[in-house]
Amino acid sequence: MNNEHSADDHPHHDISKHVRRYMGVFLALLLGTVVTVAASYIPFKSNEVNIAVALAIATVKATLVAAIFMHLSAERWTIYRFLIITVVFAIGLFSLTALAFSDHIHR
Amino acid sequence: MEIPYTVTARPDTGLWNAKIGIWLFLASEIMLFGGLFSAYVFLRIGADAANPWPHGLLNVPVGTFNTFVLISSSMTMVMAWASLKMRKFAQYRIYMGLTILCALAFLCVKAYEYNDKFHHYGVWLKNGEFITGHLEENTPESLTILPDIHHEGRHFWPETEHGAPREIKKADIRRWSNFTPKFSPFFAIYFTLTGLHGLHVFGGMVVNIYFWLPGSKLYRTNPEHLANRVEVSGLFWHFVDLVWIFLFPVLYLL
Repeated sequence: MNNEHSADDHPHHDISKHVRRYMGVFLALLLGTVVTVAASYIPFKSNEVNIAVALAIATVKATLVAAIFMHLSAERWTIYRFLIITVVFAIGLFSLTALAFSDHIHR
Repeated sequence: MEIPYTVTARPDTGLWNAKIGIWLFLASEIMLFGGLFSAYVFLRIGADAANPWPHGLLNVPVGTFNTFVLISSSMTMVMAWASLKMRKFAQYRIYMGLTILCALAFLCVKAYEYNDKFHHYGVWLKNGEFITGHLEENTPESLTILPDIHHEGRHFWPETEHGAPREIKKADIRRWSNFTPKFSPFFAIYFTLTGLHGLHVFGGMVVNIYFWLPGSKLYRTNPEHLANRVEVSGLFWHFVDLVWIFLFPVLYLL
């Protein structure tokens, strides 16, 4: 997290250096998709393992998109602050589904 | 009226205004899709032996192809922005054109998938039997179904084999429906999530068409402002791609 530099600050000649990184991310995303599909056909011990593997790969792919394509790896602190607050609320939202487990009457 | 801080950073935030705006909007989008993903988790937790969570109802090769299309569009989108930053306008027009083509391809494939589902039926009989297949005939007294033949295990390529036409009396039917949201909780959340996502793809495509054609005139007077505008639409576009990265496995594969 850098408060001094953001993607906006890069002079034009620096952008051309980023292009190779974009190509690397693109290839990683394609490969990640192939691995996700292939892994879903592997009969792991339980379906929960398949779910965990697929979501782990999806998280890596999403991180690459956010960090490199969306320039979050070098963004201003203001943006990080927005996202931290959002993630806290999103986790709270997802946690609400856990309340289903406390419904002892219908389970 | 001159809108301030479209190119230069606002001193207190350190960012030009549109970037703040798009990230606040994306934060609200995270909560919107987050709520629907929670609904997916909730419905899946609710599946039991009597109403199991279905597998293999969607076409995996088609979904994989669409994932490649959307990832490619993210690549061309970031290259469109990079081209503007490098002041290569002709290259920008090519990459933005490719991004729009990818969006169009994604929507066409999605329309094909939806159409396929709308022509697929499921029939629950009163004796507990459940049949899926294509509808051959629908009369007031009976349905004629071309039943699907299912093989054991999971398949990459969709099963397209059908048995001999079967006439079912309506008096023997408990419920019947095509593969629409009312069919099952799976299709309800499938159409909600992919429908909302498809609307985002459509919206992003319209904005990109604007920046590709009339909006690109800005390049002559203020190329950096156009680059920033394209960066904003790019941030939205990458978010749409990011959502699909999670949608594809949870709906098609798991």
